Amino acid sequence: MDARIVQELRAIVGPRGLITAREELQTYECDALTNFRVLPLGVLLPESSSQVQAIVRVCHRERVPFVARGSGTGLSGGALPVENGVVISLTRMNRILEIDLPNARVVAEPGVINLDITERVLPQEYFYAPDPSSQSVCSIGGNVAENSGGAHCLKYGFTTTHVLGLEVVLPDGTLVHLGGKALDAPGYDLTGVFVGSEGTLGIATKVILRIVKRPECVHTLLAAFPSTNEAGAAVSGIIAAGMLPAAIEMMDKLAIQAAEAAVHANYPDCGALLLVELDGPFAEVQYLMTHVNEICRSNGAWEIRVAQSDVERALVWKGRKAAFAAMGRISPNYIVQDGVIPRTALPQVMTEIDRLSKEAGVRVANVFHAGDGNLHPLVLYDRRIAGQEAAAEALSYKILEICIAAGGSITGEHGVGEDKKRAMSKMFSEPDLDTMQRVRCAFDPLQLSNPTKLFPTPRLCGEKPGKYVAHPLEAAGIAERF
Amino acid sequence: MDARGSSKTSSVAFEDTARTIVSSEHLRAATAADTVAGIQPQWIVEPGSEQELAKVLKLANEAGLAVIPRGGGTKLAWGNPPQRADVILSTARLNAVLEYAWSDLTVTVEAGRTMKQLQETLAAHGQRLALDPLWPSRATVGGVLSTNDSGVLRLRFGSLRDLIIGVTLALPDGTLAKSGGKVVKNVAGYDLPKLATGALGTLGVISSATFRLHPLPQDARTLSCLARDAHDAQRLLLAVQSSKLAHSALQVRFLETKQTQMDVLFEATQAGLTAQVEQLKAILAPSAVIDPGPAVWNARQELYSAAKDNESSSALAKLSVLPAQLAETYNTLAAIAANRVRFQAVVQASGIGFVYLEAAPAEIGSTLQSLRAKLEALGGSLMIAHCPSVIPSLDAWGNPGDALQLMRAVKSQFDPKSTLNPGRFVGGI
Repeated sequence: MDARIVQELRAIVGPRGLITAREELQTYECDALTNFRVLPLGVLLPESSSQVQAIVRVCHRERVPFVARGSGTGLSGGALPVENGVVISLTRMNRILEIDLPNARVVAEPGVINLDITERVLPQEYFYAPDPSSQSVCSIGGNVAENSGGAHCLKYGFTTTHVLGLEVVLPDGTLVHLGGKALDAPGYDLTGVFVGSEGTLGIATKVILRIVKRPECVHTLLAAFPSTNEAGAAVSGIIAAGMLPAAIEMMDKLAIQAAEAAVHANYPDCGALLLVELDGPFAEVQYLMTHVNEICRSNGAWEIRVAQSDVERALVWKGRKAAFAAMGRISPNYIVQDGVIPRTALPQVMTEIDRLSKEAGVRVANVFHAGDGNLHPLVLYDRRIAGQEAAAEALSYKILEICIAAGGSITGEHGVGEDKKRAMSKMFSEPDLDTMQRVRCAFDPLQLSNPTKLFPTPRLCGEKPGKYVAHPLEAAGIAERF
Repeated sequence: MDARGSSKTSSVAFEDTARTIVSSEHLRAATAADTVAGIQPQWIVEPGSEQELAKVLKLANEAGLAVIPRGGGTKLAWGNPPQRADVILSTARLNAVLEYAWSDLTVTVEAGRTMKQLQETLAAHGQRLALDPLWPSRATVGGVLSTNDSGVLRLRFGSLRDLIIGVTLALPDGTLAKSGGKVVKNVAGYDLPKLATGALGTLGVISSATFRLHPLPQDARTLSCLARDAHDAQRLLLAVQSSKLAHSALQVRFLETKQTQMDVLFEATQAGLTAQVEQLKAILAPSAVIDPGPAVWNARQELYSAAKDNESSSALAKLSVLPAQLAETYNTLAAIAANRVRFQAVVQASGIGFVYLEAAPAEIGSTLQSLRAKLEALGGSLMIAHCPSVIPSLDAWGNPGDALQLMRAVKSQFDPKSTLNPGRFVGGI
C-alpha cells in the first residue's frame, strides 16, 4: 500500500490500530472457511463510528476496496480479504450502548459478541433470540451481515427479525441511519435490505436490536426413530397439528455416532434422532408436549426422553451442538454444507443424497434444522486418498443443486460469500441477479465494499463449496457450531 | 393530463400497443371514479399475466407516461398526491393462488387476490397469513404489501416484512425479477421482498408474493380492563408486555364516548387459555377484567373508515413511537388538540397507534404538524393516511432522516424516469 495512504490511515486509528506486518496479517487472511485465503494489504482496528467513517473516506478517495470483519466465524468466506484491499476489523467497537428494558431494545456496537447481549439482559429475564451456534464468539455486526439464524429461528425468526435500526457508514464514507428504535420509520426498509447483504452495502457501526422476554418454561423432547423417514413424518405430524415449536432438530445415524464418540451425550443408538423444543406458558407447553409425544410414538419412535430442567436440556442439546466438530472423530476431513428444502421434500432429498453418496463413495452425515428444512449435510473424506477431496467437493455442490431442484435455497444461514457465488446463478436468473445488483449500485457504485462476493461474475466460475477445517477458536475448544 | 406534456402521438401509440398486449376489453378509459388525489388518469389497464403486466409497464415507461399501480383501491389515497397519473395498472385479473404448499406452511399468490379470498383458501387447511389488514374483503395482497398495512397481530407474528419470503417484481424497464424464495429460511441474495414492502409501488409493481403461514389458533379469548388515564393505560400495557404471557395482540382504545380500555388477545389451546387468563387477572389486579368479545379488534378499521366517510373534515394518522412513550404521546396530542379538535385513538403495544381527528381542515393541519414535530423529536414518526384535500403542504410521510439520498439512489436504479407513482413517496420520490 502507498506509504502516503498508510500514514493517513495510521493517523486515523493510531499506531495500535493498524496492522501491516505480514505475520500479523495472516490472522486475517481467511474466516472460518479456511480453504480461501487472501492476504490483505493492512488491517484497521477502529474504535468509533467516526474512525470507520474516516477510514472508508480514504478508501473511497483512493479506490481501495475494503472488507469488514467481526469475529471471523463465518462459513462462506464473507470476511475473506480481497486482493489489494484492507480489512476493517470491528472487534474493538464492542460496547453495549443502551439497554432499554421497558421497550425491549438494546443498542450495540458491531463488535459486541452475540451471547453478551443475552447475558446482560438475562437477570431481567430477557434474551436476544438469534442463536447461531457460534454465539459465544460471533459478533453482532457479523450476524447483521449474514442474517444469521440458529436452531430457534423456526419460532423466533432470524437476525433480520430482531434488527430494528442501523447506523451505517456507506461505501463513500457517508454516515446514515436506517430504521430506528420505533417501528415503521418513513421510507424504504433499507434496514431489511442491509441485513444479510454480506458486507457489500457498507459497514454497520451501531445496531438497534429487539430483545425478547424469556418464556415461562422450555421443555425438550428427544425421540429415537428407525430412520430419517419416520422422524421426518413425525415432524410433518407436529406441523400439521398446528404447533410451532421453538426448535426441531434431526440427526441421522452417522451424525449420532460421531456425536456419541465426541461428547458421550448418551443418545440412543438409532437411525435418526429428533429433538423437539417447545416453549411458552407452562400449561400450554405441557399440553402440547403430550401431543408431540403421541405423534412421535405413532410414527415409530421407540425411545422418548423429555428434559424439563436446564441441566437435562443441556444434556439433550450437548450432542447436537457438538455434531459438526464431532465429525473429526469419524473422518479426517469434512465439508459443512448449508442448503434449504421445503420440509416435505425431505424423504426424496435424503434418498437422493444417499444415492449420490454411495455412487461417489463418499460418506455424508446429516444434521438438520428439520422444522424449517435447513439441511447441514457433512461430507466426509480423507484428503490423503487421491481423488477423495475432489469427489467430496463435487458431491457437496450437487447437494445444492438438489436443494434448488426441490424448490429450496443454496443457503439458509451461512451466506453466499465467496463460497457459493457460482450457485447463485443456478438459483436466480440473470434478471433476478441484475435487479439485486441495482441495490448494490445505489449503495456502492464503485464496488468497494466487499467486492467480488455474493454475486457470480463471468470471470470467476471455478469456485467450489469449501472443505471444512476447524476454526482456530473451535479447535481450541472455545467455540462450537451447528 | 400529462404535466410533462408527452406528445399526443406517443399516447395514441401507447393505447394501440397496450391493446395488443392485454386485448381490447382489458384496456378502458378512466372515469372520474378513478381519480387519484384529484388527478385524472387516462386509462385503466388490466393485464392477465405477469408478462403482460411487465410489458404494459415497460410500454408506459418508454412513452413517458406515469403509472399508478392499483389493487383493490382501498388505500389509493395514502401517500402524497401523484405529480402525474396517466395509466392505472390494475392487478384485478392477477388473483390466482400459484402454489399453496400447505404442509410446508407457505403460499405463493398473485398480487390481485384479496386478503379475504387468500385467507379463505388457507383456512381450508387450518392455516392463515397471520396478518389483519384493513378492509380485507377488498384489499389485495399487492396493495397491502405496498402500503405495509398490518393490524394488531404484528405484536406476535411481526409485520409483512416478517411474513413475506419471496416476491416477483415488474420493473419499469420490463424486467421481471424474483427474489427471496419459497422456503422460510433463505439468505441467498439481497432481501428484495422487504424492499418492496412499504415502497408504495414506487420501485416496481408486485406481481406475486410468497408468504410463510401460521396455523389457525385452536381457541382464542379477548379480555379487557379499564384504565383511569393514559399513564394508567401505559402502566397496564407495559405490565402485560413484560410478563411471560404469550398474548397475540394488545391495544389501548381511547374512544370519545367510552372510558379508556385495554384489550388483550390470547390465541392458544383451551388448556393454555385458562391458565393465561388467570395469570392476566393477577397481573392486572385490582383492575377488573371483562370479556368484551372480539369486536374490539375492529377499532383500528373503524377509525380509518370514519375518516374515509368524512373526507372534508377529518383525518387519520398512523403514528409510531416506543411503547413506553404512549402515554406521553397521548397527552401531547390531547394538549395540542385541546378543545379545537375532537379525536379518538387506538394504540398498540408495538408502539404503533392510529389517531382519528375531526375539526375544520386548518385545525386538523396544524394539529398534525405539531404532533408530528413532537413525535419526530421523540424518535418516532407520523404518517397521514387521510386528510382533507384542501390542506396544503402537509406531507404524508414526514422526515425520512439522513438516508433520503440513499433512498433516492435506490429509486433511480429501479425507476430512473420516475414512472411509478411519481411524487407519492417520501422526499418527493
